[in-house]
Amino acid sequence: MINLSIRALHELLSTKQLSAAELASVYLDRCRRYNSELNALLHILDDVNPAQLLQAKMLQKDSLLAGIPLIHKDLFCTQNVATTCGSNMLKNFKPPYDATVVSRLNQAGMLQLGKANMDEFAMGSSNEYSAFGSVANPWDSQRVPGGSSGGSAAAVAARLTPVATASDTGGSIRQPAAMCGITGIKPSYGRVSRYGMIAFASSLDQGGVMAVSADDCGIVLATMMGHDNKDSTSIEAEPWSWQPPATASMKGLKVGVIPAWLDELQDEAIRQSSQQALDLMVAQGAELVAVELPHAELAVAAYYILAPAEASSNLGRFDGIRYGHQSQTVERDINALYQHTRSEGFGAEVQRRIMLGTWALSSGYYDDYYCQAQRIRRLISEDFKQAFEQVDIMAVPVSPEVAFKKAEKSDGVSMYQADKFTIPASLAGLPCLSMPIASAHNLPVGLQLIGPYFNETAILKVATQFQMVSDYHLQMPEAYV
Amino acid sequence: MSVVDRWDVVIGLEIHVRLDLDSKLFSGSSARYGASPNSQVSLLDAAIPGTLPVVNAKAIDYALRFGLSIAAELPEVTRFARKNYFYPDLPKGYQISQMDDPIVGKGRIEIATEQGDKIINITRAHLEEDAGKSIHDVYDDWTAIDLNRAGTALIEVVSEPEMQSATEAVAYMRAIYNRVTFLGICDGNLQEGSFRCDANVSLKPKGSETLGTRAEIKNLNSFRFIEKAINYEIKRQAKRLEAGKKIIQETRLYDSDKDETRSMRGKEDANDYRYFPDPDLPALKITKAMIERQQKLMPELPEAKLKRYTEELGVRTDEALQLAYDVAMSRFFEASQELTQAEAAENAKFLVTDFNALLNEQSAHVADSRVSAQQYAELMDALHEGLISRQIGKKVLAEIWQTGQSAATIIKQQNLAQISDVDTLEIIIKEIIHSNPKQVQQYRDGNDKMFNFFIGQVMKQTQGQANPVQTKQILEEFLTND
Repeated sequence: MINLSIRALHELLSTKQLSAAELASVYLDRCRRYNSELNALLHILDDVNPAQLLQAKMLQKDSLLAGIPLIHKDLFCTQNVATTCGSNMLKNFKPPYDATVVSRLNQAGMLQLGKANMDEFAMGSSNEYSAFGSVANPWDSQRVPGGSSGGSAAAVAARLTPVATASDTGGSIRQPAAMCGITGIKPSYGRVSRYGMIAFASSLDQGGVMAVSADDCGIVLATMMGHDNKDSTSIEAEPWSWQPPATASMKGLKVGVIPAWLDELQDEAIRQSSQQALDLMVAQGAELVAVELPHAELAVAAYYILAPAEASSNLGRFDGIRYGHQSQTVERDINALYQHTRSEGFGAEVQRRIMLGTWALSSGYYDDYYCQAQRIRRLISEDFKQAFEQVDIMAVPVSPEVAFKKAEKSDGVSMYQADKFTIPASLAGLPCLSMPIASAHNLPVGLQLIGPYFNETAILKVATQFQMVSDYHLQMPEAYV
Repeated sequence: MSVVDRWDVVIGLEIHVRLDLDSKLFSGSSARYGASPNSQVSLLDAAIPGTLPVVNAKAIDYALRFGLSIAAELPEVTRFARKNYFYPDLPKGYQISQMDDPIVGKGRIEIATEQGDKIINITRAHLEEDAGKSIHDVYDDWTAIDLNRAGTALIEVVSEPEMQSATEAVAYMRAIYNRVTFLGICDGNLQEGSFRCDANVSLKPKGSETLGTRAEIKNLNSFRFIEKAINYEIKRQAKRLEAGKKIIQETRLYDSDKDETRSMRGKEDANDYRYFPDPDLPALKITKAMIERQQKLMPELPEAKLKRYTEELGVRTDEALQLAYDVAMSRFFEASQELTQAEAAENAKFLVTDFNALLNEQSAHVADSRVSAQQYAELMDALHEGLISRQIGKKVLAEIWQTGQSAATIIKQQNLAQISDVDTLEIIIKEIIHSNPKQVQQYRDGNDKMFNFFIGQVMKQTQGQANPVQTKQILEEFLTND
C-alpha cells in the first residue's frame, strides 16, 4: 500500500475498500516507528483531526485528495499546531492561523499527519542547520537528505507520507528530492500563495510539493496553486488543472541541454546517469538541442547577495517582543535584549546570512552589491527567455553530487556551491522539478526539468512520460520497505 | 540689527498627513483613533510570521488626489520600499515606505507672504505606514506598546528648502493643511496627530549661495509650536555661528513647556535604514484611468472657491476668505446657500460674524454645529424677508442651538417678528421725537450723529423688533419735516 499512487489510493478509498482513518493510521504508525532514526519530522499528530476526517469522507467521491495523508514542511503555518521553521526562535510558536496552502489542502480533504524538519528558516542544503537535529537520508543514515526541505524529502522517501509540502528558494525542493530519490516540483514564482509560509527570501520563496511520482505532484499542485488575494505577489490566472499524458511519446518535444553543465559534473556516475536519462528521452521521441545560459555562472554570487539581503529584513521581526524566544539574561536595555534574543534564538548559518544581507544593503554597498545582483538576475531571466525560444523544456543536472556524508561540508561556501544548478531557474522564477533517474553509488540521482514561465504542465508532462517507461521513482530504500 | 539682517534662513518641511481611511495601509484592521490599546491589531500589524501586506487601494487614490491638487508629476509606476530598523513599536523590524518612484513627484503650492504670493515647490510625496506607540509614562519600569496606530496610512510631503521664515513655514503648513482637509483625505485633527511635521532649519550668511548645516526639529503638531520652534532654532543657530561655533547636523525635539529645542540624536547615531524595494509588494502601475477617476472626484479648491464667492456670488473678499479656506465653513455656507432665498453676501456676512461669534461662545467648530444647514437656511429666509432684524436673528440662532426648534417656531412663540407695520412704527417714533426735543433740535442743527440715537431709542422701545429699513425711513421723514 505504501507505494501506491494517489489515484490508486483514491480508488481504494472511494470504493470503500479502505477508510481514510485506516490509511492515515498506516502512515501515522510508520511516522512513529521510523522517525526516531530519521528525525524527518518535528511534530507528529496524535491522531488526524476528526473534522478533517469528516471533510475527507464528504469529499471522498469528488476530490482525488480526500483522505490522502500529508506532511507539511515546518515553515507552513498550521493553526494551533507548532510551527518552528527549524529554529529555536520559534520553538514554542503555535500560529493563530493556517497558511493558504494548508487551508486549500485541508479543504480538499487531505489529512495532516505532522510537520517536517528543515534547515533553520530554510537556509541550508543539507538539513544539518536545523535547530532540532539533522535528518538522516533514508538511503543511508550516515548521509544527509539535502536541504532545506530535507525532512519532507526523507519523509516521502521512507514512505512516512505519500505527499509532503516543501518550499524552494534556491533549490530547497529539487536538491533534496534528487538526493532522496523522489519527485519534487517548484512551480513558477507567483503560482502558490506565500501567505502563511514563513519568509526566507520573499522574491524567491515558492511553495511546492514532493511525492513519489510526477503525476502525484501534479494532482496536489492543482489544488495548491491559484491566485490568493492575501499575497500581492500571487499572480491572477486561469485555474490550472492537471491531466496526465495519455502516452509516453515525446515526439516533437525539443529538450534543451547545457553541455557545459554536464561537463562540469565531476562525478562520472552522475554524468553518465544524466546522459542515459537524456538518451531515454530521445528514445521516447524527444529531440535534444544544446542551449546556453551565458550569465548562469554568476547566479550563485547574485543569489547569495539577494537572498540574504531579503532575509536580513524578513527576520527583523524576530525580536523577542511579541512571540518566539526572548532572552532571559538581560533586563532594562532594549538593544541588549535584541542582541541576546537573536544570538540565542538563531543558529550560526542564519546569523551568517543576516549579517551578509545587512552588509549588502548598507549604505555605500547597496549599489555595488544589491543593485548589481538584481542586474545579474535580469540577465539570467533574459538568457532563459532566449533559450526557450529554441526549446520546450530544459533538462539539466540538479546537484553536482549524490547525498554527501553528514558533517562533510564544514564551511558555508562549499555548501553554497551545491546549489549552482538549481539557483538559475529560481532567480528567473521558472517552474522546475527534480525526478529520480538512476542510482549511483547506491544512492539516488535526479534530473532537473525547467519549463517556461507558468508552464508547469510542460515539465510535469515530460516527467510523467519518463516515469511511464522507468521505475526509479518507485524504488524504495530497503530499510523502509 | 536682527538675526535676519545678518543671515538667510532656509527652511524645508516634511509633513506627515494621516489619511482618513477606514482601514490601515496594508491590513484590514480598523484605523480609527482612540480605541482601547491593541484592539485594532491584525496578524500583519503584529508581524506574525507568514503574514503579507496587501495595499489599500483607497490610499493610492487619496495620494493621487493629493498629487493632482498640487499639480504634481504622477509616475507610471510606483514602488514600496522597506526602511529597516529595530524598535519595539515597529513589529516587522521595518517600515514599509517609498524610496525610488514615490507615488507623487514634483509639485507646487502657493502661499501668501508679506511680500505677496509665493510658490513653494514640493519635492515629492510618498505613502508609508505609521509605527505603533511606545508609552513610557504609564508603568513605572516598563514601556507599554500600543499597536493600534501601527500600519495606519500616512503620506509624507517633502518640500524644497524654500521657506525663509517661520511665518512662511506656517503659511506653507496651513496651505497643505487646507489642501488635504479640502480633499477629504485627512481629518485634520492636530491633537490626534493626523497632521504633523518635521522642520529642517539652517542659516547661511546673507546672500550666500552655499547652504549651511541643518538641524531637524521632529514631530511638531501645532501651527503655534512650529512657529515658536523654528524661531527658537533660528536664534540658537545664529548665536552659535556668531560665536564661531559650528552647527551640528542632528535631530532636535521642541519642548513647548520651556520653548526650546533639545538635541535628540546626532548624525553619527543615525540609523542606516538599508532601504530596498519591498519584495512582498510588486511595482504598482498607475493607469490613466486611475488618475482620471481622481480628477473627477477632485473637489473645488479654496482658490477657486474664493474666486467664485467673490466674483459670482458677490461675497465681500474678507468674508469670502474666511469661508473659502475653511473646509467645514465653506461646506456649511454652500449647503445653506442652496436652501435659502437670501443673497449670498447676506448669508456670508451673517455666517462669518454672527454664526462665528456663537461658535466661539460655544467653543464649537462649525463641523459639529448643532444648527443644521437647513435650520440655518430657514433663519436666513426670515432675515431676508425682513421678518426679523439681524439683532433678533442672532437671538434666534442661539435659540435654535439651544432648543433645536425651527426659526419659524421660535419667532412665533416668542413673538419676535419684526414690526413692519407702518402705523405702529409711526406711533412709536412720534412718541420718541416728542419726548426728546433737545436731541431733535441738535439733529436739526446739523448733528447727524444724533440720528443713531433715535434708531437706538426705537430699537430699545421695540426690543429690537422694529424693521430697521422702515424705521430709518420714517425717522428721516419725521425729523426733517416736523
